[in-house]
Amino acid sequence: MTSLANQILSHWNYLAVITLMMIGLYIAISRGNLVKKVMGMSVFQTSVILLYVSMAKVTGGTAPILIEGRDDIIYSNPLPHVLMLTAIVVGVATTALGLALIVRINEAYGTVEEDEIVAMDRAEDERDLRSEDAS
Amino acid sequence: MSDLASHLPVLQVLIPLLAAPLCFLLRKEAIVLPFTIAVSFACFAISMNLLSQVLGGDILVYEFGGWSRPYGIEYRVDILNAFVLVVVSGIAAVVFAVGPGQARRVIPEGREYLFYSAALLCLTGLLGVTITGDVFNIFVFLEISSLSSYILIALGLNRRALMAAFSYLIMGTIGATFLLIGIGFMYQATGTLNMVDMAHRIQVLGPTKGVLVALAFVMVGISIKLAVFPLHHWLPNAYSYAPPLVSAFLASTATKVAYYLLIRFTFGLFGAALVFETVGIDRLLLPLSIIAMFVGSIAAIYQTEFKRLLAYSSIAQIGYMTLGLSFATQAGVSAGLIHVFNHALMKGALFLVAACVTWRMGGTNLDVMKGLGQRMPFTMAAMVVAGLALVGVPGTVGFVSKWALVSAALEVDALWIAFLIMASSILALVYVWKVVEIAYFQTPEVELERREPPLRLLIPTWILAGAAIYFGIFSSYAVDVAELAAQQVFMVGL
Repeated sequence: MTSLANQILSHWNYLAVITLMMIGLYIAISRGNLVKKVMGMSVFQTSVILLYVSMAKVTGGTAPILIEGRDDIIYSNPLPHVLMLTAIVVGVATTALGLALIVRINEAYGTVEEDEIVAMDRAEDERDLRSEDAS
Repeated sequence: MSDLASHLPVLQVLIPLLAAPLCFLLRKEAIVLPFTIAVSFACFAISMNLLSQVLGGDILVYEFGGWSRPYGIEYRVDILNAFVLVVVSGIAAVVFAVGPGQARRVIPEGREYLFYSAALLCLTGLLGVTITGDVFNIFVFLEISSLSSYILIALGLNRRALMAAFSYLIMGTIGATFLLIGIGFMYQATGTLNMVDMAHRIQVLGPTKGVLVALAFVMVGISIKLAVFPLHHWLPNAYSYAPPLVSAFLASTATKVAYYLLIRFTFGLFGAALVFETVGIDRLLLPLSIIAMFVGSIAAIYQTEFKRLLAYSSIAQIGYMTLGLSFATQAGVSAGLIHVFNHALMKGALFLVAACVTWRMGGTNLDVMKGLGQRMPFTMAAMVVAGLALVGVPGTVGFVSKWALVSAALEVDALWIAFLIMASSILALVYVWKVVEIAYFQTPEVELERREPPLRLLIPTWILAGAAIYFGIFSSYAVDVAELAAQQVFMVGL
């Protein structure tokens, strides 16, 4: 039991990753408001940054700045941090594009609620069908 | 000159990448259009050259900054990705050459340069995913191509294009993030990002928990991008509301690149033994592919809009490709690759026909296509040719793919699968016939004169439709390359 508790406590950052990831994914799937969807997606993407940074940590390691004449220093792995700089850029671009699309959707439909948009599309389809029948 | 030749792998990606912002700066359509065409043909020429260099079995490695693996990033060209590069850049060259003949109806006057910028960025991303030998690079290029394809889809005339692009953005981002998580686990397990290095280390590690989790995330991520059956939800809306030109480009390239990734990760990184024997992904992929073949085709039969019909047919055709992979044999992979090439030709041609119809009628509802067989004979003839290819009539590329698939099925003693492939072809005949019947045997409500779209639109359509016949009759070239690629994948792994 204690070993299990230990394992959980020693991996608390991974627990945070999983929690954030699931919160983000759940919001992106379940919310009808498009802005909330984008925010959920953004949380989901951000959780991955924490995952990568966690795996870069070396116990007792310090920032990877080489000091001349010292070879007894343990460094953290810098590569995942660099990868995440790219992932942050990708995340920002995706969020920006998502929000820009929402602005356009709001201009076209007058709402950002998914169920209202679906209802408007459906009403349009039915109108088309009726006008076809009439002609 | 020889110096330049050694830089061809990087030029393949660099040229469209630099051309995209240049389009943005040049602005004037009279300059941007020829420029885009020149760039896409240059890409096509480079990919043909790369393919000819690797066909002998050599593998081209391009090291960035002279840093060799595992430290540096490298581009790695073998027969498999050279083949996909040729398909992607070839389709891009043909489709971009159409230019504004179609785009003008879709994009506000004077804003065309934005279309070209996004299209070239999308091409950059797709080529980059294909050529790179570094797994993190795959993620970055995949996002470049995805972000620009969301923009391209949102250009559609109907306001529903916006919602289609938005749902694709959410689904696509979740897929790409899954891939990123998988790559993270792979890196954690192996400590490298280079594909060759990683493959060796995974082989040594065997099926550890980290590798298996990585495999799960990567496969789901790619399957979303590929639109494998239960994850295909984004595809019909995206293809049917996007401008037809964009659908023609994306339908024949984006899913093909995702299929390439599936093969690359299966054979090149995780290894066939791990994926098929230890995990048994084929046992999941096989039923899903077969369901996709039937669900896609049956849904296509009930559509009342031409592009939507083609989109559902795409889901069925993707089913054929993943079916080939799920046999886990060399013949199966080679059949899948042949279908990648063939499907790119016929779907490209069919969506360009949709572009012609949009140019003439302003939409592609099947109602407006009544009697177009007599009013736009050349366009509709292309539709019939590409449609027959979709069914798999002998003399077209479709027959070549079906033949390869059926023989791959018989090779693993799966007579029932061979039978199901035939049965789903009959469903394809039903939806293709539905369109043919409307175009040739129904009379339009308003009498129209006979008028073809401009040659700029008609010639690319016929290039693809013609290629669908040419490679159906002289099938050996494409088939040989696909077989060599499958052989290399099986023998060398990477």
